[in-house]
This record gives sequence, structure tokens and C-alpha cells, in this order.
Amino acid sequence: MTGKLKSGRQVVEGSYAVAHAAAICRPDVISAYPITPQTHIVEDLSQFVADGAIDSKYINVESEFSALSALVGASAVGARTYSATTSQGLALMHEVVFNMAGMRLPAVMTIVNRSMSAPINIWNDHQDSIAERDSGWIQLYVEDVQELVDTTVQAYLIAEDPEVSLPVMVCMDGFILSHVFEPVDLLDQKAVDEFLPPFKPLRTLDPEDPKSFGMFVDPEYYMDFRHLVEQAMDRSRSKIHAAAKSFESAFGRYYGDLIDTYHTDDAEIILVAMGSLVGTLRDVVDDLRSKGVPVGLLKVRAFRPFPADEIAEAIAGAKVVCVLDKNISLGTGEGAVCTEIKASLYNSDVRIPVIGFVIGLGGRDIPVGTVQRIVSKAEDVIKHGIKVENEFVDLKHSLVS
Amino acid sequence: MIPHAPIGEPESSLANKTGSWRIFIPVFDAELCNGCGTCETFCPEGVVHKRADSDTFIADYNYCKGCGICAYECPKDAIEMILEEK
Repeated sequence: MTGKLKSGRQVVEGSYAVAHAAAICRPDVISAYPITPQTHIVEDLSQFVADGAIDSKYINVESEFSALSALVGASAVGARTYSATTSQGLALMHEVVFNMAGMRLPAVMTIVNRSMSAPINIWNDHQDSIAERDSGWIQLYVEDVQELVDTTVQAYLIAEDPEVSLPVMVCMDGFILSHVFEPVDLLDQKAVDEFLPPFKPLRTLDPEDPKSFGMFVDPEYYMDFRHLVEQAMDRSRSKIHAAAKSFESAFGRYYGDLIDTYHTDDAEIILVAMGSLVGTLRDVVDDLRSKGVPVGLLKVRAFRPFPADEIAEAIAGAKVVCVLDKNISLGTGEGAVCTEIKASLYNSDVRIPVIGFVIGLGGRDIPVGTVQRIVSKAEDVIKHGIKVENEFVDLKHSLVS
Repeated sequence: MIPHAPIGEPESSLANKTGSWRIFIPVFDAELCNGCGTCETFCPEGVVHKRADSDTFIADYNYCKGCGICAYECPKDAIEMILEEK
């Protein structure tokens, strides 16, 4: 890299900020296929390459399937790799997504969260990355553009840790974060170089020392390899924590580790969410707190690995938990975060009503008033118990019976 | 111990004794065998070889999967497929 990237506080588009953050991590190989709302990220990266601002090899491909496949090969020879995609593009990668994790290749990929077809829709919810939750990729969800920048750098540190060696999805809300212009501290190359050491792969493909990657494995060994992925995922918990803390030491910013909490200590009502919605919820909590409503907020920053213990500890003193999910696991009536929180509490001593709100699908706006109504419902649950366990928020009842 | 990822070393597939897949085992009769080598030519696994001490043929039972092609092709009917009790 020739150090031509600008740094310091600038007003930039969220997509530019993440492209800059990816570039400053010195990826050896970038491969991506443009798709709304991810397009500006890969346009900016290809511009950096064309301008000679970074030394990365940019591989043009004909599909997302090929983009991630190219990174599997590049990562196997020891390259630091980067991609970005969304929605249908991520779905097209699905087979390679599982392979990359199973082969323990530590790529970092930005997911610009967008709804899944059908109906086709380009706006934000979390359905695309939630659908990849069982793939073995670590998933980190960010609240704002600065967290996106800083988490992208942390993601390489986590992914490439030899005790983890798993790929990471950094998930950002499409349009809400990808197309917003706001002041962002763009990172300095020297500071990032000190924070993030060069990638040292555990094993590499090398003609001088031949090996086969992605071997056929029969029933005698398959389960054991899957168990190794689960163990690595479990070890990543402490690495996510360590990366957040060491980033704070180096750059002075901290966003929580697997979760973040806001006024949860004395809260009777705790709202749970991921992504940019957390920013809206902070304002609602501030407003309601000023009116004496004991409400708090829990941000799920890591969805994989799932922070079951951290969530149980944070909500233990509450009277009701409201989970706001920008996804729906069709056939369960609720979103994945809600289901997993309930599952993780079942064998614990924490016995609190958990109610689910499927919200903001396909980019439907989530105004403050809607969140205030959710808090009112929570107050009703405290007084009268659970009447409705989960619901679609702000449905147009005139359109559906 | 297995490595952290499904990565194979060269020739490590030799450790996978595919002969365990076999249900019928080819038994080679050295008296009937005229050493023509048809069995070696047709073996899809490349595991039929000439014996070290004669010009007749035998399979490497560590890797012979028991497909029976050698027995089918043998012009002297010198190979018999027999159910292998395990």
C-alpha cells in the first residue's frame, strides 16, 4: 500500500467509510460483485485500486458465487481477503459461505443488510445474514458508521486469530448506514498497521509443500470437524472481547463486546435489538427515562457466537424483555434473536417474559412512536402477563386480514 | 488428532483402506491363471498386480472394493467372487 488513503475526521458516505476501513487493513485480494445497496463500497474499493492508493488485487467476477469462491482460493494460499455483498448476492454465495467457514479461512465480508425476495425489495432488514446464521461465520452487527469502520478492523484481528481461524460478517443496515453521509474518523494507516499484524495463516497451499484443502471427509471424521468449528466459535467470544478492548486502548472508542447495555441495571423493561435500530432505541430510552419509565436497552453486537450468558446476566433483574427483530423465521411467528434468547434462558434460573416484535421488514420505517407503543405493551405484560407472545409491528391491517 | 481444517497431506489417502467397503472378495486361482493380465488392465482401482514370485495375478485386498470386473473379464474363469464374512 502506498499510503495515499486520506485519514482523520471527514464527512463521507457510509459506503466510502467501510471501503476505506477495508482498504486500510491491507487486503491482498478483494473480490465482489456489485448489488444494491452494497455497490458504492466496491466502486470505492475498485477506485482505490485503479488510483494506486492500495496494492490489493481486485478480481472481477461474474457473480457473487464466483466472488467468494475466488476468496476461498486466495485465502488458502495465505492472502488476506475482503468482499461485500447483500441479500440475493449473499444467497447466491450460500454454498461457498459454508465452505469458507468449514475450511477455516478467515475472510472478512461486509453484509449490507437487505431484505430477501420475494417480493423483491432493496431496502433494509436482517433477513439475508440471519439466513446464514448456521454457516460457521462470526456475525457482528453495527449501530453506526463509526462502529462499522472500527469493527471492520477488529474483524480481521478476530478472524485471523489462530485459535479462531473463522470468517467474519460485519453486518450494516442497507441505505440507513451505507448511504448516509456523516462525520467519520477515517483510520490512519500507521495506527492500523500497529493494531493489526500481517495475516499468518495456519496452513497454506504451496506447490513446494503440496496439500489438499477442502478434503472429502467420510462419516468417521465429519462430525469431529464440525465440532472443531463450534469450539473455534466458542473461543472467538474472548477474542471479540479482547479485540474491542485493545481497539479502545489504541483508538479510544468502544461499542461493547458481544453485547452492549444502556440503562439496563435498574430497568424493568429491556428492549433488545441489533444494528442501526439501536440508535433509535437510545433516543426512546432517554426520552422515557426523563419521564420516569424504567426502560433499558440491550444491543446484540455478536449474533454468532450467540451471547447467551451475557444476555441472561444483563436482563436478570428486569420484569419483561421486548426483542425487536428485523427478520422473521417463517413458521415460528417470530425473529431469530427472540427465539434464541428464549432458548438460551430455558435451562437457566432467569424467568422473565420475553415477547417478540417483528419490525421494519423490507425497509418499513420504525418511528419513535412505534417503539413507545411497544414499551406500553411491555408495561401491560408486567401488569397482566403475556397475552400475545409475538407480533408483526405496524402491519397495514387494511391490506391483510 | 485431526488438523484444524480438512487439509490432506500428499498420499495420505493411502491411510483410507477402501477394502473395508468390499462385500464380495475376488479369489485368484493361480493354477487356472495364464498370466494374460486382463484383470490388471480392467481393474478400475489399479489394485491388481502380478505376484512377486510368479507370473500370475492377485489383488491388493487393502484397497480392492470387490467390484468383480476382474472376475467378469477373466478369459480363464480363474477369479471367483465369494461373499466375504466379516
